[in-house]
Amino acid sequence: MIGRRAVLAGLAGAAAAPAFAQPLAYRIMPEPVAAGLWVVRGADAPIAMANGGAIANITILATDAGTVLIDCGPSLRYGKALKAAAETLTGKPVVRVYLTHLHPDHVYGAAAFAPAVLAATPQLATLLKSEGPGFSDGMYRLLGDWMRGTEFTAPGTILSADSETFGTRRLRLLPLTGHSPADLAILDEATGTLIAGDLVFHDRAPSTPHADLAKWRAALTTLKALGHTRVVPGHGPIDPTPNAAIDQTRDWLDWVETTLRAAVAAGEDNVAAGNTPIPPRFGAMQAARYELQRSVSHLYPALEAELLPRIDTR
Amino acid sequence: MRRLLLAGMLLLAPVAAQAKLPADPLASPMWQRLGGTLFGDDTVRFDDRVKVVFPGIAEDQHSFPVSVDARGIKGVRRIILFADLNPIPLAVDFTPEGAQPFLATRIKLDQRTPVRAAVQLEDGSWLVSGGWIDAAGGGCSAPPASRVKGDWAEHLGEVRGVALRGGDGTHVRLAFRHPMDTGFVANIPTYNLQDVALTGAGGKHYGTMRIEASVAEDPSITVITDAAVGEDIVLRGSDTNGIRYDGSIAVRAAPADAAVAAR
Repeated sequence: MIGRRAVLAGLAGAAAAPAFAQPLAYRIMPEPVAAGLWVVRGADAPIAMANGGAIANITILATDAGTVLIDCGPSLRYGKALKAAAETLTGKPVVRVYLTHLHPDHVYGAAAFAPAVLAATPQLATLLKSEGPGFSDGMYRLLGDWMRGTEFTAPGTILSADSETFGTRRLRLLPLTGHSPADLAILDEATGTLIAGDLVFHDRAPSTPHADLAKWRAALTTLKALGHTRVVPGHGPIDPTPNAAIDQTRDWLDWVETTLRAAVAAGEDNVAAGNTPIPPRFGAMQAARYELQRSVSHLYPALEAELLPRIDTR
Repeated sequence: MRRLLLAGMLLLAPVAAQAKLPADPLASPMWQRLGGTLFGDDTVRFDDRVKVVFPGIAEDQHSFPVSVDARGIKGVRRIILFADLNPIPLAVDFTPEGAQPFLATRIKLDQRTPVRAAVQLEDGSWLVSGGWIDAAGGGCSAPPASRVKGDWAEHLGEVRGVALRGGDGTHVRLAFRHPMDTGFVANIPTYNLQDVALTGAGGKHYGTMRIEASVAEDPSITVITDAAVGEDIVLRGSDTNGIRYDGSIAVRAAPADAAVAAR
């Protein structure tokens, strides 16, 4: 067996040999955003082998009481690399990892941390109990060896207060819904930075697999009134202004819903609806076509049930 | 070494068994066998004028939208939609009759597979097109949502729909309630919506179709006819247990401000 594999590797050529030797490794590159606050930017793309599923933005906060993370990436391997990079950066151990919502690109790195460090709202903890492990098959299928050893790990700390303070750093916790049935946004009061989770996307089209659009809009209204100075979106570049990314997210959701309702009312099929031209104002938005087609899959059947009349004689 | 030997054998093996089938541009492992089953001795050509359109991602392997547009081809008498690597490859066999050669629906995907359409011309020959789509497994072997929920029987016979006259004809959209059991789940036998026929004023035929269980649960179907505003389109349908899906839709004018323009 070993002999045959060696022969095959030889046939593949010397240039390919390093690919066998090189283990997959994430490059964790924290970018400074505000005092004691860094963001590890995710790729503004769908989950794919090329990015190892590292598509979500991860926030690192330095406090006197230790390092705080908001979300932890897609895999055990990512979680471990993130923990090491964050602790090197701040010089203090990770004492808290907030999970913002159930999606695996944000929470499957949890396996790298002790359960007591992992914190979620009661709503999210309940949701993760039923839904959390179910993403595993899909993630392994898409990411292969990037996922090696990753098993879903449930949070050991349930958040009940509306804030937590680490040293002198007070974090306001905002349980909301809309992108998913249990979203958590966090306001870092020291710097006025809103870490919005996937309630806010920026120059990267919002995704809707578990969305309730009316509740999402209500959540955006809540976020807009916080008095923050900048936003770390769940996906896409940091918004240095309070409202640009929030407004863009709402604009996209409004456009998707209006477009799909019109398409259903016009008797259009799912393929045509997913191929609706993207308006020029969303021209800079990454993954726009991809997310519109996903949203057709998520939203179209319910809209047809709502908008199309019964025509049978039953 | 073994791999090299196998490759050599494939090259030397006679491929004349289905000599009339052209080489498959998608290199599907099922092309020769499936082509023989579907097309017999008919002439087959690949032709990009058969537009098989689907999303770049199979977000839901239980329900994957596909449209087939052969309106650029004259004399289409039949359209079949199929996925090579599905356990039930054929999804829809559509005879447009007085309808335009266009069909849109949603199918199940059991794994990564070519999704294709073939249109048959008046001379009996077939034009084929399609592409690969990646998909998570099990679209054909997972229980339908209505079986899990348990309310499937309450909705048999229900159809929603709309018929709108627009720039390129009258789009007839039909949304059926049916579990579309494939027979691959927990001893539940195959049970699917099977026959759908549309007629218009004066009995004009707007297409008949044979539907297989590989079409997604709660099938949705779009066809394009030349029916006029005010005309009643009559639906006659039935499933494999003889449950009727009958109804009618009056054609309305499409709203002028429809956000989705005609293709």
